[in-house]
Amino acid sequence: MTSPAPADTPPGPGRPAAALEAVDVVRTYRMEGVEVPALRGVTVRIDPGEFVAVLGPSGSGKSTLMHLLGCLDRPTGGLLRIGGRDVAKLSETELADLRNTHIGFVFQSFHLLARTSARENVALPLVYRGVSRGERRRRATDALTTVGLEHRLEHRPGQLSGGEQQRVAIARALVGDPGVVLADEPTGNLDTRTGHEVMNLLERLNAEQGVAVVLVTHEPDVAGRARRQIHIRDGLIERDVS
Amino acid sequence: MRLGESFRVALEALRVNRLRSALTMFGVVVGVAAVVVLVAIGSGARNLVESEIEGLGSNIIFVAPGEFTFGTPPTISRLQLEDVDYLGRVTGDEGQIAVALNSGETVRAGRNQTFSSVVGANENVQNVFDRPLRRGRYLSHTDVETRRRVVVLGSDIARRLFGDVDPVGRQISIATGTRFRVVGVFEEQGQTFGQTRDAEVHVPVTTAQRLFGVDRVDFLAIRASSSEDIPRLQKEVVDALQRKYPGERFSAITQTQLLGTIGTVLGALTGVLAAIAAISLLVGGVGVSNIMLVSVRERTREIGLRKALGAKQRDILAQFLVEAVLLTTLGGTAGILLGVGLSVTISALSPVPAAVTWWSPVLAFVVSAGVGIFFGVVPARRAGRLDPVVALRTE
Repeated sequence: MTSPAPADTPPGPGRPAAALEAVDVVRTYRMEGVEVPALRGVTVRIDPGEFVAVLGPSGSGKSTLMHLLGCLDRPTGGLLRIGGRDVAKLSETELADLRNTHIGFVFQSFHLLARTSARENVALPLVYRGVSRGERRRRATDALTTVGLEHRLEHRPGQLSGGEQQRVAIARALVGDPGVVLADEPTGNLDTRTGHEVMNLLERLNAEQGVAVVLVTHEPDVAGRARRQIHIRDGLIERDVS
Repeated sequence: MRLGESFRVALEALRVNRLRSALTMFGVVVGVAAVVVLVAIGSGARNLVESEIEGLGSNIIFVAPGEFTFGTPPTISRLQLEDVDYLGRVTGDEGQIAVALNSGETVRAGRNQTFSSVVGANENVQNVFDRPLRRGRYLSHTDVETRRRVVVLGSDIARRLFGDVDPVGRQISIATGTRFRVVGVFEEQGQTFGQTRDAEVHVPVTTAQRLFGVDRVDFLAIRASSSEDIPRLQKEVVDALQRKYPGERFSAITQTQLLGTIGTVLGALTGVLAAIAAISLLVGGVGVSNIMLVSVRERTREIGLRKALGAKQRDILAQFLVEAVLLTTLGGTAGILLGVGLSVTISALSPVPAAVTWWSPVLAFVVSAGVGIFFGVVPARRAGRLDPVVALRTE
């Protein structure tokens, strides 16, 4: 990344609006009165349809970056734009809406509601968008079909294998048609073979549906499947390789 | 998020923790049931008093020694039978002045015996209080003048001593064995203040004084010709008696005032009982608050996830608030059913009158919903404000 676009300049011709854009983003935590910097000035731009891996040792700030890109947190400095909107100017509620419409999350530990069917789990983001129940079921069924789980609609997470659970989570991330899927160690709790299947699925969705995928991982062979790798160390981008 | 969705989620959460939800609700159930039952008993007692105000003549003034208050021991009466004549000159109609001297005694006829309230009365009782007779006659002026040993029986006493036989003309003995001739039997009267008037027997006051070895009467009752006369009569009677018995105090009070005083006391009592019951509802509410805090803590990860998926602060707040309100209103409804059931059972099986008013279940329901909101707000706000980053990381 050589010359980031100036803060409020609209995207120029020939270059699409970024899905996610961070300009000199700083995030410091205050712990018992001491300022602890987690990100010390990160500039990164992720375009629609990209497939990016974020790598770094634990404590490097990659989780903080993920939280910021996912609108779960706000930067203490710098500019962060999600779907073209400056998060610093958004209220808590607007931020929640932005998360709901632009971001899909996939977590290492799946984070499915245990006593809820696969279909209801997948439909959950639509609940917060005010989509009617019938429409939610229809779209959740479609999303589950896309990840190959159309025969598991009414199963509960406990009745599914780890790989299936992660596929339910991916369906949930996709059901709201987000611009970006943020996947935090999506293969971390899976064996190698199942991990590969999940990666295949993410690649396929990226290719077929054009959804940008940002993958946090510390497994080099997982990261190797992404077209671009961003290495983070000590709260700064060390390398950004395409 | 729609409210219907919040209800569905909340119901599911309650269903998952069935035992915990039931135990939490129990506090509210007991509180609400207690309020409903105690208010029912209180209103029942008031209804009784009010129906008696209507049932009794309101133009009767009771004259008794001392102050008419609750909680003071009764003053020994210095009223005399002659006071009827004396007050008759004040009121202008001694025929409307009744006296009573009461004592509980055993009455016998043959092998049958029972306990009775023996009332020494004069012939004016029949003028002042409307006490219709089923058989025979009431006491006469001559009976009183000549201390006849004649008696008028309450319907209960007549039945207990004589069964179906007509008692008029027969003999009964009162107290230590003094024999009386039955001259009349009252119609059935029913209860006043929970005491049956049908267990009274009336004898001439003069005979009663000799029987009990006293020369007083306990109280006088005066019927005013119209209700407008009552305040004037009350004052004149008390003044006259205080002139005759210097240094003594007397009170003249109407039945309406008497019942009004009782009504006030009952009202205050109901209030106190309801307040005590409300405290248990409050404790139930604290239980709800406590469990909701536990629930929020347990479901921190779920809250984090929901927020990550786009739930707003108010969505999460609504979800937990609905859960708390659902807990208390379900508990409240169960409490109302229990309370109404208990009230009905109590009034059916015991002499305690319990009347469930329409407003007390409604009020109890509204209050239990209010308790849910009040005690749910703190946990629900805590849930709504959780930082999703922190919440997602929680194990």
